[in-house]
Amino acid sequence: MNTVILLALTGLGLAALYFLVASGLSLVFGLADVLNFAHGLFLGVGAYATWWAAGNLPGAGSDGFGFVVAVAFGVLAGALVAVLVELVLIRPLYSRTIEQVLVTVGLSLAGVALLQATWGADPRTFPRPGWTRNVTSVFGANVPNAGLLLIVAAVLVLAGLLAFLQFTRYGLIIRAGVENREMVTALGIDVRKAFTLVFAIGGAAAALAGALGGVYFGTVSPGQGGSLLIFAFIVVVIGGMGSVVGSAYAAVAVGLLQQFVNYYGTSGLGDVCVVGLLAVVLLLRPQGLAGKVAHA
Amino acid sequence: MTEPILSVQNLSVRIAGLHILQGVSFAVAPNGVTVLLGRNGVGKTTTLRAIVGLTPRNGEVRGTVRMGAQDLLARPTHRLVRGGLGYVPEDRCVFAGLTVAENLRLAERRGTTPAYDKVFALFPELDRRGRQRAGSLSGGQQQMLAIGRVLLNDNRLLLVDEPTKGLAPKVVTEVAEVLERVAESVPVLLVEQNLAVVRRLARDAVVLSAGQVAWTGDAQELLLETALTKSLLGVGSEAPVSARSEPGPPAGPARTKGGTA
Repeated sequence: MNTVILLALTGLGLAALYFLVASGLSLVFGLADVLNFAHGLFLGVGAYATWWAAGNLPGAGSDGFGFVVAVAFGVLAGALVAVLVELVLIRPLYSRTIEQVLVTVGLSLAGVALLQATWGADPRTFPRPGWTRNVTSVFGANVPNAGLLLIVAAVLVLAGLLAFLQFTRYGLIIRAGVENREMVTALGIDVRKAFTLVFAIGGAAAALAGALGGVYFGTVSPGQGGSLLIFAFIVVVIGGMGSVVGSAYAAVAVGLLQQFVNYYGTSGLGDVCVVGLLAVVLLLRPQGLAGKVAHA
Repeated sequence: MTEPILSVQNLSVRIAGLHILQGVSFAVAPNGVTVLLGRNGVGKTTTLRAIVGLTPRNGEVRGTVRMGAQDLLARPTHRLVRGGLGYVPEDRCVFAGLTVAENLRLAERRGTTPAYDKVFALFPELDRRGRQRAGSLSGGQQQMLAIGRVLLNDNRLLLVDEPTKGLAPKVVTEVAEVLERVAESVPVLLVEQNLAVVRRLARDAVVLSAGQVAWTGDAQELLLETALTKSLLGVGSEAPVSARSEPGPPAGPARTKGGTA
């Protein structure tokens, strides 16, 4: 029983990480039709900016409030890079899918190379508060605190995103834009501002994933964003493009499936099962669990 | 003719290699309803979408479209709409996943007071159904919502694309009544296939044929000329009130979420 609880909670921790990356990716694709392969870069920027801030930024540190400041710095850096990417590289390429893919793939490769050139290819030890290295007993299972932290952060981000989408004017514009972007424009709304905003939100969430992923794994490396991005894309497709709630359901399904199959089967089999789940969803429900259906 | 509210000069639209419009020129009077007529696929919807800046990205627009001194083709859609160009698209295009109230709220513009009183006076149903999802409304109610959204703000000109398409005869009459009242205060460029509605509303008519203007003049005179109506529109002027459907223009923009904004 303890094992099941431990696997479930570590699976949920992994799901939380996937959700933080996938939620922004899903909103960006849903609203702006941009398949952003550079999304992993925002994660890397968040992780490295947090790591750098903890050691160098006045007021920041690896423990207590200083760590909160370091994470806030990382999140801000991720959001800022995302906004710059949208304004400079993506904006001239809206509705030009092939060019977008080429630019974002190129940017993700260049971003990893830049991080490697600056801080080296080897993983760096991530500064993390002492309590995150400990475990908490949940119904007898010793669950790592870092995983619980990820779960709490993802739940807060989910709640915040839903409140933003439901109760703010820009949330309304984004929900409408995911459904019919052209009609939003025809109501006199500059939908490009909403594009920039969802990039900022997505970049911030991915950067938070980078910072908390650093806490979870204990290290940060240039390629971390890319490997997480693959599963985030799978989560977005399973959850449905443009649906934050869909991404949350899909992240939980993927995280738990991976964790349980890898434990009870052989290591790596969980990843194969996730791809199998993706195939099943695409065959039975191509729009994903909660995705929109294109208007006829 | 007094100074037109809209002047279209030599408008050509090419989409995916097809010449949909070829040098279309006409003017819209500063009051009343000017109707854009023509057989299926002659470019009526394409004309409205070109005016409001919604030609797909793979399309090319040439010519001049002026509203007063303003060159419309040089400005993005959202600025045109904020400048007083209201657009009611074909097939309503309400946001199905949003409530009626949210659909209306989306149309509010910063710095202006939305005219909810006017909209709810014209369409009391929208007030009663504020919390209902727009996707669950009937076709007629969705059309009311689509028109109501535009009427929340002051407009200098309304572009209305087939507002009676696919509606029951009773609802067609209601929509026509509303447009008649609206046209008392703001000029309307209307695309409409229902000749009974055209007879009731239109003052001027522009008839398109194969992407070119085939006839312009007094709409009522056109409708009296049965032979002319038959040759230009393919129907007699005694067409029933019921709506008839028209597929979109050839190679026109797909009405899917992908959008072209």
